[in-house]
Amino acid sequence: MTLRLSRAIGLGILAALSTSALAAEAPDAGRSQVEFNRDIRPLLSDRCFACHGPDKNTREADLRLDTEDGLRGEAGEGGAVTPGRPDDSELIRRIESDDPDERMPPPAFGKDLTPEERGLLRRWVEQGAEWQGHWAFQPIQRARPPEVSDADWSRHPIDRFVLAAIEQEGLRPSQLADPRTLVRRLSFDLTGLPPAPDVVERFASDPSEAAYERLVDELLASPHYGERMAMWWLDLVRYADSVGYHGDQYVSVSPYRDYVIRAFNRNMPFDEFTIEQLAGDLLPEPTLEQRVASGYNRLGMMSAEGGVQPKEYLSKYIAERVRNVSGAWLGVTLGCCECHDHKFDPFTAKDFYQFEAFFADIQEQGLYGGSDVTGRWGTMLPVPTAEQSRQQRELNEQMAAVQALLETPTEALAREQVAWESGLREWAVLRPEALESSGGATLTLLEDGSILASGDSPATDTYTLVVSAPSAAATALRLEALPDDSLPQKGPGRAGNGNFVLSELEVDWLPADGGEPQRIALENATATYEQTGAADANPYKKWAVAAAIDGDAQGPTWGWAVMEQVGRPNSAIFEIAAGTPLEPGQLRIVLKQNLDNPQHTLGRFRLSTTSAAKPVRAGDLPPADIEAILRVAGEARTEAQRNQLAAHYRSIAPSLLPQRQELARLEARKKALDAAITLTVVTERTEPRMIRVLKRGNWMDETGDVVEPAIPEWLGADPVPGDRRLTRLDLAQWIVSPRNPLTARATVNRLWKLLFGAGLSPKLDDLGAQGEWPSHPELLDALAAEFMDSGWDFKRLMKRIVMSRAYRQSSLAAAEQSEADPYNRWLSRQGRWRLEAEMVRDNALQVSGLMAPMVGGKSVHPYQPRGYWSYLNFPMREWQNGQGNELYRRGVYTHWQRQYLHPALLAFDAPGREECTADRPRSNTPLQALVLLNDPSYVEAARAFAQRALELGGDSDDARLAWLIREALAREPRPEETAVLLDLLNRHRQEYGGDSAAVDALLKIGDLPVPAALHRADLAAWISVTRAILNLHETITRN
Amino acid sequence: MHNPISIATSLPPLPSPIARRTFLRRSGVSVGSMALGSLLARDARAQDASDLKGVIQPLHFAPRAKRVIWLYMAGGMSHLDTFDHKPKLAELDGQPMPESFTKGQQIAQLQGAKLNCFAPQHPFQQWGASGQEISAIWPELASRCADDMCIVRSLFTEAINHDPAHTFMNTGSMISGRPAMGSWLLYGLGADTQELPGFVVMVSTGNYGQKQPIAARQWHSGFLPSRFQGVEFRSTGDPVLYVRRPGGVDEGRQRDVVEAVAALNRLEEAETADPEIATRISQYEMAFRMQTSVPELMDVRNEPQHILDLYGSQPGDGSFASNCLLARRLAERGVRFIQLYHRDWDHHGAIKDHIAGSAAEVDRGAAALITDLKQRGMLDDTIVVFGSEFGRTPMAQGNGRDHHLAGFTMWLAGGGFKPGFNYGATDELGYHAVENRVSVHDLHATMLHQLGIDHMKFSVKFQGLDSRLTGVEPARIVTDLLV
Repeated sequence: MTLRLSRAIGLGILAALSTSALAAEAPDAGRSQVEFNRDIRPLLSDRCFACHGPDKNTREADLRLDTEDGLRGEAGEGGAVTPGRPDDSELIRRIESDDPDERMPPPAFGKDLTPEERGLLRRWVEQGAEWQGHWAFQPIQRARPPEVSDADWSRHPIDRFVLAAIEQEGLRPSQLADPRTLVRRLSFDLTGLPPAPDVVERFASDPSEAAYERLVDELLASPHYGERMAMWWLDLVRYADSVGYHGDQYVSVSPYRDYVIRAFNRNMPFDEFTIEQLAGDLLPEPTLEQRVASGYNRLGMMSAEGGVQPKEYLSKYIAERVRNVSGAWLGVTLGCCECHDHKFDPFTAKDFYQFEAFFADIQEQGLYGGSDVTGRWGTMLPVPTAEQSRQQRELNEQMAAVQALLETPTEALAREQVAWESGLREWAVLRPEALESSGGATLTLLEDGSILASGDSPATDTYTLVVSAPSAAATALRLEALPDDSLPQKGPGRAGNGNFVLSELEVDWLPADGGEPQRIALENATATYEQTGAADANPYKKWAVAAAIDGDAQGPTWGWAVMEQVGRPNSAIFEIAAGTPLEPGQLRIVLKQNLDNPQHTLGRFRLSTTSAAKPVRAGDLPPADIEAILRVAGEARTEAQRNQLAAHYRSIAPSLLPQRQELARLEARKKALDAAITLTVVTERTEPRMIRVLKRGNWMDETGDVVEPAIPEWLGADPVPGDRRLTRLDLAQWIVSPRNPLTARATVNRLWKLLFGAGLSPKLDDLGAQGEWPSHPELLDALAAEFMDSGWDFKRLMKRIVMSRAYRQSSLAAAEQSEADPYNRWLSRQGRWRLEAEMVRDNALQVSGLMAPMVGGKSVHPYQPRGYWSYLNFPMREWQNGQGNELYRRGVYTHWQRQYLHPALLAFDAPGREECTADRPRSNTPLQALVLLNDPSYVEAARAFAQRALELGGDSDDARLAWLIREALAREPRPEETAVLLDLLNRHRQEYGGDSAAVDALLKIGDLPVPAALHRADLAAWISVTRAILNLHETITRN
Repeated sequence: MHNPISIATSLPPLPSPIARRTFLRRSGVSVGSMALGSLLARDARAQDASDLKGVIQPLHFAPRAKRVIWLYMAGGMSHLDTFDHKPKLAELDGQPMPESFTKGQQIAQLQGAKLNCFAPQHPFQQWGASGQEISAIWPELASRCADDMCIVRSLFTEAINHDPAHTFMNTGSMISGRPAMGSWLLYGLGADTQELPGFVVMVSTGNYGQKQPIAARQWHSGFLPSRFQGVEFRSTGDPVLYVRRPGGVDEGRQRDVVEAVAALNRLEEAETADPEIATRISQYEMAFRMQTSVPELMDVRNEPQHILDLYGSQPGDGSFASNCLLARRLAERGVRFIQLYHRDWDHHGAIKDHIAGSAAEVDRGAAALITDLKQRGMLDDTIVVFGSEFGRTPMAQGNGRDHHLAGFTMWLAGGGFKPGFNYGATDELGYHAVENRVSVHDLHATMLHQLGIDHMKFSVKFQGLDSRLTGVEPARIVTDLLV
């Protein structure tokens, strides 16, 4: 058994703080120096911490092996080990004991140490039991790259770290990759797309250093770079187009995705990117883009399920935020601490809830009741495209111009106004001579002729007024319902909400001669407003004024009401039927208010009549404030009143009708435009709610301590600025503070995976004690330091890595390499791996020529099998395939349904994005084969590819086959490959030549038209060829 | 073999047996174990016979069962009207639910409502030699299978809404991202078929419940590679997504294409020695076989008439009974974990009629499945599980019942579970599981035990933890349930 204990480049955490302070120690392969962080800590963490670690609730024998004090002893007290003396060390005695009662870990724990591991621990104690803090939590070190002898590997600092490790392992680096492979690799890595064939040819003919650098710069400048990086980031921040819980309804948030793409394309510094997402809403006068970015906080799952207890779900949402921020930025697993202190890392439950408290100010609902219908999930913001913004500006300008015309007084208008005023109807107020409330309310006649109810407020009431009869020429009776400060909600009604219902209005003529009262017929009732709310059961489908003169034909309670207009004056007008005698004598006016919903009685009202010619309609009444001005004699009006009156006239002037119509047209267009603008979920700040430590994560427990936001102590929190409450902005700034070592390490480690296939520390989701010691700790730190020092410059970092010799190596593994380093941890070659799910799709679209390359926009719906959503409900839905370009967009734009992700993406390991995903698995399954063979997206791509080959690929079969291989694989075909494909082609020419039904069935798959000029059976045979090519392992492999 | 199984899911496959040995020899500071090696071997050489093996080699215990058929009554079957008889609840019908039961408890839609007792809606009687108490809505199951059933009346769960409760029942965690039990089993035990996926899900939808949604997360492999994911077999459209060849491509033409792909892949393999290519080739072979084996499986016309009569379903009708018959066919063909959802059990209102309707949709198929497995000698090594994500309240919600997590019933049959046996109890009103309480983790642990797995030793590293189906809290194997 050989354990590699001599890894000189793994010197671990150096004490140096500046780049020049220390040179790496010379390699010394002969010494078996045990290193705590590399060799010992993982053992202790995995086998011991569960009972002797940070979680005080499960700690046994009061012994901690996760701290220096616990291991080596505090001042004056012995610890588990005695440095230099393994035989005097309790830890060694216990792990080596044969007595099952003494033996550690206990046999029942099921995690025995191997003999080698026991030997390692013994050796460590022998060598002095030196302790180190967990590497990932230590300050980032800036080690100088080691010197290496190979000139080719000396130019780039990354290469010096990598080669030193390769040599240390007794390996040899690989040759440079062939230029065509290299350009294809680079193109996939930086844009997620295969290279254009002319780019391949250009680089193949000039693979110089300068040409390579130019290629790198071009790809980093491509708008598709942002899409590729977004694929990575969106997994971390769990971006999706549906809410995830229960009915998994649609939520509009694609502007956030486009923000991410734009941020990467503009090379926004990572610190800014971080701050905008976590706290964009807290920045001073945030831009629209920063508010869109703040949508990050609300990308988690939400529920509209009726039986949800809001408090429970609020606790779910906020806990998930802690998991997401700690996973996406810090690369640690704070999530465990929702229920208990961490078993392996020094995080406590209190840390967890203090972290939660940062998000306590986010306005949200536990239950988004009704959102499944409205599509509104809390605060959402319209995010116009550039074109929509332009149209908005244009419309606003046009409307302003018309508005200006409408607001400009002219002499002609003044003349028209005079004529208008003189033609207005006059209303004569009816002042009652007797007043009575059947219910006992006090009715008082006010100076302006209106009547105010006060005192008792009976459930129902009938007011009876007697007035002297108006002129016999009266044509209409008007009832004004008026607000008054003494009434609930200022009236005009006496109901608690200020409303009233006039159930029935009756007018009788009481002849002066004492004759029999005669009923006066009222007709054509109109009102300035009729209530529409709460009218489902109302036979009029509104609270219609007509019901007040229907003789209660529909029932005694229905009548006129104005709920939505409470606090404002409104009028009802009743025409007096022709031929009704009115004088001499008096009128008795009865107002019945019968609604059983109590106290819907009139609070203040006034009656008047006019003698103007019919029709007399409420819609013709000037607004109440204008009427008030009109009642003032012309010369007595103030200037303000004159201006207001003139403005009102312009709003109705017949001469301005064309302008008003124009304005209405513009307003309608504006409304349609606004409705077409995509909404996005954003963060809105509110008063922070109380956050408690929940014992065992139980949301119903209210006994835990109340906590305030705080940065976890174990990471050397920045001092609290003053005594104010910390905010998300403080958190974001701490996350990207140079004193926080985790963010840069976690991020660089993940970017390394994008370019080499695995992180320098293979555990992308946990840099904590249960993570893995990095293969190249100094390189990881050097890159992290450079990333921070460069101002968090993504493109610079990506370029830095791809410019290295290490990146440009061949991915072919020589037998000795795969023998000695099967996982390629020492990077003596490049990686080979299957493309990411979205890129599998993108590649087929791109090589077939189908790709619709526009960047951004709403999510799209490529072909999906019918019925795939049949187990969704609330509401039931069916996926609707998109049209035109929407069918050919990149995978990053595919509608991301959390519960039912598009099956072609799912098959290739795309995650549902319900939680932070730092590391997608890469599997190789039969379902993937079924997708590539049978999914109409791929069959159509094969057809498009074949059609292009027939049009552009040359005149002979050989030329076309070569063209296809070059397009799909960026290389020349091998003769044996041509033979296989030619054989398939000819066989299927025969097959399809005699089977036109099959040809028709095949060619109708997909919306893309078939060019009429093509020979259909021949095309079908070529489709077999292109299907084979699109199904090749190599086609979906980045190598 | 006391080391837990640990894998890094993102690790690339190893190129050769020698390299694998070398890796294992050299991985002293890592998580090395033979199980890791065998998993990686499977990744690298899927076409080897070892492909079918799971990571647990050998099994921790002699297994009593080889496979699981889970009859999943989605929506929350009322235990009180089916398998948990509460005469006291009938006595108190319409009277206020004593506050001692409900104070401080989680409640779903009845939040803030007045809580009144609601009597069992159907009579119970004793059945079989074992005298199991079962309600009258299960004539077939009660009369034919009472003596096969092991009824557990003391289940409780942690989630009160469908979606998280399903996730908890299937993955042992309310937080999504963990593998479903079927994925765990496929990973641990491997598959016994190369023609079909090892974890198959079918869904039927009834006519009496609210047709609550079911998320595909319920059969997702979580952090395990997607080849361990459950594959849904559908009664309409393609029986498996994308299993149908494109129009105009008959079997021969498809074979030509697949063979050309294989020939070209082999050329690339010769050129590059990339071990992943061999896996790719074998996966295409499996995919090609599935294009025949899946339609063959779904076509029940060759079943003898008496079997079709037993289940009483029409071929292709998408009913629960049809799925039961398909489940038996899947079990015969070596599928490890078969889950049949019936989305019909969310009876917030009109429970008397609706639960009788839902039961009628399920009763005959479930009884037929048990009878059929038994007559083929397959019940002995098949665990049949029957139950919901939670139960329903003893309190009325109108004339229905609300979601309920504190106590509910499931039953098992076969696979070494005691036949004609019942275990555990809720209180006199059926609210809390009070006697011999069984958590969802206990249920999982017990089932794993019967399949030969020690749940404590069956873990995968995820986010730095040894993640288990049975979670971090201690779970117990309910040995009383076992033969």
